[in-house]
Amino acid sequence: MLLRFLRTLLLVLLAVPTAGAAETLQDILQRHADEVADPGRRTVGPVIEDLVASGLPGVPSFLTAWSAREVVQRPGDGLFFVAEETGDDRLTLRDVATGEALATDVPEDTVEEVRPNGGVRRVIGTALVQFQLADPDPEVRRDAVQALSRSLEPDQIAPLERSIPGESDPALKARKEQLLAYLQARYGATTEARVAALDSLAGDLSVETRAVLNQVLDTEFRIAETPPEGPRVARVLTPGEDISREEAHAAIVEAGRAAAGPTPGEVKAALEANIAGGRVGGVPVAQLSSEAARARAYAALAEAGTVPPLVSPAQIEAALERHSFFEEYTETDAEVIAAAARALASTEVNVGLNQGLDLGLDALSLASIYFLAAIGLAITFGVMGVINMAHGEFIMMGAYTGYVVQLVIPDYTLSLVVALPLAFAVTFGAGVALERLVIRWLYHRPLETLLATFGVSIMLQQLAKNIFGTQARPLTAPGWLDGSLVVNDIVSISYIRIAIFVMALIFLAVLLVVLNRTRLGLEVRAVTQNPGMAASMGIDPDRINMLTFGLGSGIAGIAGVAIGLYAKVTSEMGQDYIVQSFMTVVVGGVGNVWGTLAGAGLIGIFQKSVEWLNPSNTLAAQTYMVLFIVLFIQIRPRGIVALRGRAAEA
Amino acid sequence: MSVAAMPSRPVRKRLLEANPSVAWFLAILALFCLGVTALAEATGTGALSTSMIKTLGKTLCLCLVALAMDVVWGYQGILSLGHMAFFGLGGYAIGMWLMYARTEIIVAESLAEAAIPPTPAEIEDAIATQIFGVVGSDQFPAIWAFADSLVLQLAMVVAVPGLLALVFGWLAFRSRVTGVYLSILTQAMTLALSLYLFQNDSGLRGNNGLSGLQNLPGLDAVDQATVSIAFFYASAAALAAGYLLFAWVTSGKMGSVIRAIRDDEARVRFLGYHVESYKLFVFTLTAVVAGIAGALYYPQAGIINPAELAPIASIYLAVWVAIGGRGRLYGAVIGAAFVSLLSSWFTGGGAPDVDLGVYTIRWTDWWLVLLGVSFVLTTLYAPKGLGGLIDVIEARRARRRVGDYGPDKGALRREEGPPQ
Repeated sequence: MLLRFLRTLLLVLLAVPTAGAAETLQDILQRHADEVADPGRRTVGPVIEDLVASGLPGVPSFLTAWSAREVVQRPGDGLFFVAEETGDDRLTLRDVATGEALATDVPEDTVEEVRPNGGVRRVIGTALVQFQLADPDPEVRRDAVQALSRSLEPDQIAPLERSIPGESDPALKARKEQLLAYLQARYGATTEARVAALDSLAGDLSVETRAVLNQVLDTEFRIAETPPEGPRVARVLTPGEDISREEAHAAIVEAGRAAAGPTPGEVKAALEANIAGGRVGGVPVAQLSSEAARARAYAALAEAGTVPPLVSPAQIEAALERHSFFEEYTETDAEVIAAAARALASTEVNVGLNQGLDLGLDALSLASIYFLAAIGLAITFGVMGVINMAHGEFIMMGAYTGYVVQLVIPDYTLSLVVALPLAFAVTFGAGVALERLVIRWLYHRPLETLLATFGVSIMLQQLAKNIFGTQARPLTAPGWLDGSLVVNDIVSISYIRIAIFVMALIFLAVLLVVLNRTRLGLEVRAVTQNPGMAASMGIDPDRINMLTFGLGSGIAGIAGVAIGLYAKVTSEMGQDYIVQSFMTVVVGGVGNVWGTLAGAGLIGIFQKSVEWLNPSNTLAAQTYMVLFIVLFIQIRPRGIVALRGRAAEA
Repeated sequence: MSVAAMPSRPVRKRLLEANPSVAWFLAILALFCLGVTALAEATGTGALSTSMIKTLGKTLCLCLVALAMDVVWGYQGILSLGHMAFFGLGGYAIGMWLMYARTEIIVAESLAEAAIPPTPAEIEDAIATQIFGVVGSDQFPAIWAFADSLVLQLAMVVAVPGLLALVFGWLAFRSRVTGVYLSILTQAMTLALSLYLFQNDSGLRGNNGLSGLQNLPGLDAVDQATVSIAFFYASAAALAAGYLLFAWVTSGKMGSVIRAIRDDEARVRFLGYHVESYKLFVFTLTAVVAGIAGALYYPQAGIINPAELAPIASIYLAVWVAIGGRGRLYGAVIGAAFVSLLSSWFTGGGAPDVDLGVYTIRWTDWWLVLLGVSFVLTTLYAPKGLGGLIDVIEARRARRRVGDYGPDKGALRREEGPPQ
């Protein structure tokens, strides 16, 4: 130790003359040799300050190496090197400033490793940030900014501020300015700086900003004997309203301003512990099955001095009366509090607006799914007065078609292009087969169609289970549909949902054209309104029924592919949509595209609103939705767009 | 009702005379009970295991709810997809008492060992923690207010399904929701109810449901064999009573109006009948019977959870009735017994696999396919269901008679005389 001290002294003496001229990095290190070799978290500060103040180019790389425990000291002359392991316990020693290799193949045990502990490395890291923030490599700058944003410290203000003017990347510059505003808001030196920073944050939607504002407005629960006053009081709490009386009293007890009094559990334990000859405090044990008797027994024990006395309700009342309970801002500067509260209020208004927008988008996307799922059902019901309980299974069939196509065609985009028409074809065929084999025999018995198609539904479901197994199958969306369109921190919508929305729009347009502009559509509308008259005009209702049923089923197949892209493909997936589809049809009214659209929109909005009001419980949303529908049909028994014709009499 | 207001009373036959199936049914049911008694573990040789007795008892309850379904659907033409929900509600109502009373005994036993006797509040808290700990609560929800009283819970068995049916039916019928619309709406009601019960804060233990219902409070000394045969008798008695009740409801004037509503609602309305009242009466009555059937079923099943109320259960109920034959009471009984027993035989692995060489048909996988196909075929080709076979027998016996009396013998005119 003495030897080392002498050596250091010698080195320092040697170094001093050169210090005036051009001090090298090694010189500075030698000046603080003890601290560098065995740094402590509290004492390493001056060393780093000296290093940073020197402005030498090698400082950042040395700090990095130091922090990474790559620096070694040679015992002979006390010089520091950056060591590089070359295998077999051999090291290459490089100059601390230039990185030039000075000695190779040095045995590891001839040098002493410098091992800064975690606390020191954090200090070094903070010092490094300022170099990294101004580093020519944008990657390094970005990493530094990210590291900084994870832990905002007051001493980062200066380096961050210095690095902003030289920043060339506009995105990074904006981010740095934002972080600076956060830092200023929380740790700014002057009130003006903080208020200015807080004002600049007003209305910002990001979660970070809200967190910073909430940190500035952090409050603390306090008790006082005098009613609180002043700008730091966030909220006065009234016992029994804002805070329960028990909690309030417990807080008083904790502050040492009142006696605790035994809890009911302690009372019981005390009674149990003091049974003497079948009695507790003179009360027979058998009678202790009421609160009054227990209180009597305990009072007797307390009088005898064996247990601490009960705290009477009157005492609790008095203690509560005596004290005021309030939340106090930990921030002491009234102007800052006011500015932060202002900023938070404007942010919250903005957040509310954007949440409303996001909810609207969600509802729209849900509505487009319901529309796709229900429109086929609505058409068949409208034209034929027939409810197809197997509609959900056609959705499932479409989704499985997509899955099988993806097994054959590995390219997701191409497979989707193939799957959509194929799903339509498959379910169109299935629908026509169902109509020909079952439904056309039951036109005069609509309730039995319901049952027969239900039989088909359980059969198809079980068949799918037998073929594809019970576990969910993936239907992967192409890469360009991954991710979300992020508008800001609150409003975002996934591309798949946008795609489904677009698909619903396309279907709406196609159906409107088919129904209103083609011969088939004309005939379909004619049969919907009056099948007998249509038949007399030379329309073959049989053919129209078959085609309509096929069309409705085919759309279900396409809906299945769309739904499969974002939900799991299982044999039971149809069941998840069938009831919603029925509801959509019932609310919207049958046989009209616009009615289905309105129904889907109404149900989508309603469901999302209920989920928003009660976000913890999506099951409740469904319950309320059904209640809503039952009440809705009290007002409009035939749906939003009522239809005259065969279906209206069903 | 309008029956009493009619000035001249038409010929009224005695109930048994008008419904020869009642006597047959009661006789067969009695024979069946005697047979089961002779073979049961507790009362006879023991050839039938306790679980088999329970299955038979449960099947009788299913027959009872199928009867109710048949009246509301086969006779009145409302395809209700909600009667299994009423069934489940009845089960929940009785299950609450069974669970509360049993837990109370257990809690009282464990607290009796404590040094000082518990207060009533402590007992209540301990029961609540015991029952609702599984859903993270230790408070009794408001709907358990009567759970400590068997009488009140028995009243709930009748009142809860009855009130729900009354309110729902009133809302639906007064807005003239009929046909397929009504079916979908009842299905929605069932779905809403089961989704509600799935929530943990519904107060009925969420998807855990109520369990341990097979253990009757205070009867721990009685073995399950005896309990099962007792429930079997109770179920058989309820079925017999239900059959008589519905035979009475569907016969005579009231029955004619109900069937007329099925066949042409508008015409009945024009004739001056208040169609909605008839529909509401039948809907509510059948819901109450379904609730009673559920209250007998679930103590035998031992557990009830919201999945039992799912819409699919009500659809299966319609399947049973359709396969058994609508519009005839014995058809519903035949259908429910046949399909539910067959279903448990197939899905329980009782049926032997069919080896086709390339593929082995395992009935646990293929039973539902078979059921679906046979259901479609029944609907298409045998709308009368299995009960139609009885018509074939009757038609053969009465072959020499001239003319068709129609399906309903209560509708025969006086001068036609009683049918043979």
